[in-house]
Amino acid sequence: MKTKHDDWRELSRRALDHLAPKVDYADVRFVARRTQTVEVKNGAVERATASAESGFGVRVLKDGAWGFASSSTAELEEVLAVADRALSIAGASARVPGRRAVLAPAEPVEATWSSPYKKDPFEVKIEDKLDLLLEAEKRVRAGGEGRVAVAQAGTACRREEKSFASTEGAYIEQEILETGAGLAAYAVGPGQLERRTYPNGDRELSGCYGWEAVEEADLPGNAERVGREAAQLLEAKPCPVGRKDVILDSTQMVLQLHESCGHPSELDRVFGSEAGYAGTSFLTPDKRGNLRYGSAEVTIVADATVPHGLGTFAYDDEGVPGQRTVLVDKGLFVNYLTSRETAERLGERSNGAMRADGWNRPPIIRMTNINLEPGDWSLEEMIKDTKDGILMEVNKSWSIDDKRLNFQFGTEIGWEIKDGSLGDMVKSPTYTGLTPEFWGSCDAVGDKKEWKLWGTPNCGKGEPQQIAHVGHGSAPARFRKVRVGVGR
Amino acid sequence: MMTKERILEALDTCLDLSRADQAEVVVLAQDTSLTRYATNYIHQNTAESGAQVFVRVVLDKRVGVATGNTLDRPSLERTVREAEAIARVSPELADFVSLPDKEQAGEPAGKAVFAAATAGFSPEARADAVGRVTALAGRHGLEAAGAFTTGVFSLAVANSLGVRRYAEGTRAMLTAIVMGASGSGYASSLAADADAVKVEETAETAVRKCLDAQNPVAAEPGDYEVVLEPAAVADLVEFLGRLGLGALAYQEGRSFMTGRLGQRITGERFTLWDDGQDPAGLPLPFDFEGVARRKVTLIEEGVARGVVYDSYTAGREPGKRSTGHALPPTVSFGPMPLNLFVKPGQADLKDMVREVKRGLLVTRFHYTNPLHPVLTTLTGMTRDGTFLIDHGKVKGPVRNLRFTDSILGALEGIESVSRETTLVDSWGLGAVRAPALHLRKFTFTGTTQF
Repeated sequence: MKTKHDDWRELSRRALDHLAPKVDYADVRFVARRTQTVEVKNGAVERATASAESGFGVRVLKDGAWGFASSSTAELEEVLAVADRALSIAGASARVPGRRAVLAPAEPVEATWSSPYKKDPFEVKIEDKLDLLLEAEKRVRAGGEGRVAVAQAGTACRREEKSFASTEGAYIEQEILETGAGLAAYAVGPGQLERRTYPNGDRELSGCYGWEAVEEADLPGNAERVGREAAQLLEAKPCPVGRKDVILDSTQMVLQLHESCGHPSELDRVFGSEAGYAGTSFLTPDKRGNLRYGSAEVTIVADATVPHGLGTFAYDDEGVPGQRTVLVDKGLFVNYLTSRETAERLGERSNGAMRADGWNRPPIIRMTNINLEPGDWSLEEMIKDTKDGILMEVNKSWSIDDKRLNFQFGTEIGWEIKDGSLGDMVKSPTYTGLTPEFWGSCDAVGDKKEWKLWGTPNCGKGEPQQIAHVGHGSAPARFRKVRVGVGR
Repeated sequence: MMTKERILEALDTCLDLSRADQAEVVVLAQDTSLTRYATNYIHQNTAESGAQVFVRVVLDKRVGVATGNTLDRPSLERTVREAEAIARVSPELADFVSLPDKEQAGEPAGKAVFAAATAGFSPEARADAVGRVTALAGRHGLEAAGAFTTGVFSLAVANSLGVRRYAEGTRAMLTAIVMGASGSGYASSLAADADAVKVEETAETAVRKCLDAQNPVAAEPGDYEVVLEPAAVADLVEFLGRLGLGALAYQEGRSFMTGRLGQRITGERFTLWDDGQDPAGLPLPFDFEGVARRKVTLIEEGVARGVVYDSYTAGREPGKRSTGHALPPTVSFGPMPLNLFVKPGQADLKDMVREVKRGLLVTRFHYTNPLHPVLTTLTGMTRDGTFLIDHGKVKGPVRNLRFTDSILGALEGIESVSRETTLVDSWGLGAVRAPALHLRKFTFTGTTQF
């Protein structure tokens, strides 16, 4: 019996045979996604949804100009029509003079790959998920002792099956399973709304795992603390204003890496492709190998090969193998996230960072897992070594300028550090800085034991907007004399 | 584009297949094309065609939702059965009353605008429009980036209580960011009719702003008088909508409107309403439950007047009706205003600038996000043209600044409101029609290097 994958392979071949004589290059991607989300709030089901979608996209390069077309109807007639449409759009692109795309070489690969997992989350009964979530959510409210207005618990899973075929002879099939769960408590007081979450913000998809990730997260075991801390935040001190040493927990390092290193390292952004929307980058090509991005403690890698990350895959959506690339080496900015087109402009090969959000979007450069390499400090040592600082945990607000220099971030919770000891709880702490100056002030990074890989399933980029799932691994890190308490 | 007949047939099929007490089907079909350009050439050019099907079923008070994107009968049946399976195992939603019936859904007074020119707009036409922008930028030695989007959508809603709606509409938008060595300029044009998109005006405004923005000087952070152009105003207003103008946030105490209806929350010169029927916006005459969108006055001369409802949140308050602001059933953050209007004033922009002793003229904001939702404290950067005003005259460009301020607090001090308004895209789904505002005080907390 023919499978969905047999159909994809055959339809891809027909489309590419049709296009090959007329184009410089073409590729066809089929994608099928299945998602299930179960969320409860204040003792009731807030959202229980099952989603399925599938379709295909055809990307054509003709005379150095791009065209892309897509459809949800995977039938031969439609596939050929969409291929012609992509070709015609490429022709329209060529009407405006200017740069023409050339692709860096890539070996065409035939391969299949699936992300590993232990327990299929789609096989877990919804009623069992609801039982777990309702119990955890009840404990959040109990922990809040009447001050938590909204308590939530949720879990989500997504399975993406996709194929990639190109006129160069590549054919790759991949299956990626993502799972996760989380809790949130919102405590409300006069003119106040304080949030506390577990394990890290409102991000239910934490990595390429099965249901085992939810079991290991132990929502019920963490629920009362989440409710209690949300309530305590209402009474907590406001964040002090001034310059302090700041220790960012790995949960907040996720956002710091994402916004101030991951995005500015995207080479399409550097070359201006995002200028019309999210902006450009201060990491212009003249800075490569020259700019002191951070202190010697700071080594940042883009690693699509680390197990279980939301940015982990075997091949990107141009068929280039996922790989590990050092972006910042002991403080020196050394490399970008690249595609075949952008790498060619530097005379290099792609390092495999092109991904598309589903069947109806063309691939663009996306982060993989952008990780800060561990140092040799324990968190305890870091705190002990800090005279006047704040420990901040779990991102709550974020904003950065359109070259990725001036940022202002806020977290759910913080604790003062006085003379080497943790002190009072601080509500909604914020800090601000300029990217190289901030990373230059990093003088301590946590060790391997403190290092953790987190998922960011909500990275927006591109027009039409594409949401990427990316990962960030880090241990806690300390930054000296940072401006805190802005916007109290 | 998927035909009306096929979409309506899908609605009927799902309702026929449902074994639930109540069922609702929503089909949102879209054909969208987008030509994206940067450094004066087209670097991405896309077309997509697809439809989403949302099925919501109710068994007693148990609710289940499933979605799909294929409209053949086996796929639709799978979606319906999946929604039913979820509903069967879900606990009862105690405060769920019912899906809306025909009487509650009402009759929309307006209709979506469908422009044949947009539906037929070719990739060549988009490329040629983009070419006019890049050519003008190129003639000035500048580089342009942006996108030209054209799209057709069909929204259809039916439920087992007799609600049945269908609307077709179009949307077209050109954005232009023009960049020079040390500054940039921005302009955009949004309309239902692609022929009404102002290509030359957009290009000229962005180029002029860019030329004016070269060689910016540093401005110290602090409190400034500001004139915010419509794009900047729309950004702030959009956040007000998201943070607190929906009934769910209001009911849960997360909204700045909670407990303050009837009280003054901004200066008297500020009036804000939502109207999904007004052709001066981008009308969408009914919501994702098929309920006719009602005009809702949100803030009137500074006084908090109301929030928007869907059928679920309306059912939680005695005497309330849905105002027709439901989002798709997969969205959990409750009803939202998507067609916001800020009441214009009598001033023109030049006069507004003339009134400023020492302040800033802001083209737009970038990466705005909330810090304290209940206090409406937001932070964000200025972008694409920020200028110092000195004794009523635009003196020159300044480097971008970070603002951190309470929006309601800033709206307390409105000195004047422009007569002219601009239609600004909102989340790619709705639109805000906003004037320029002259605010007495706006707090900037940081600067950047450009």
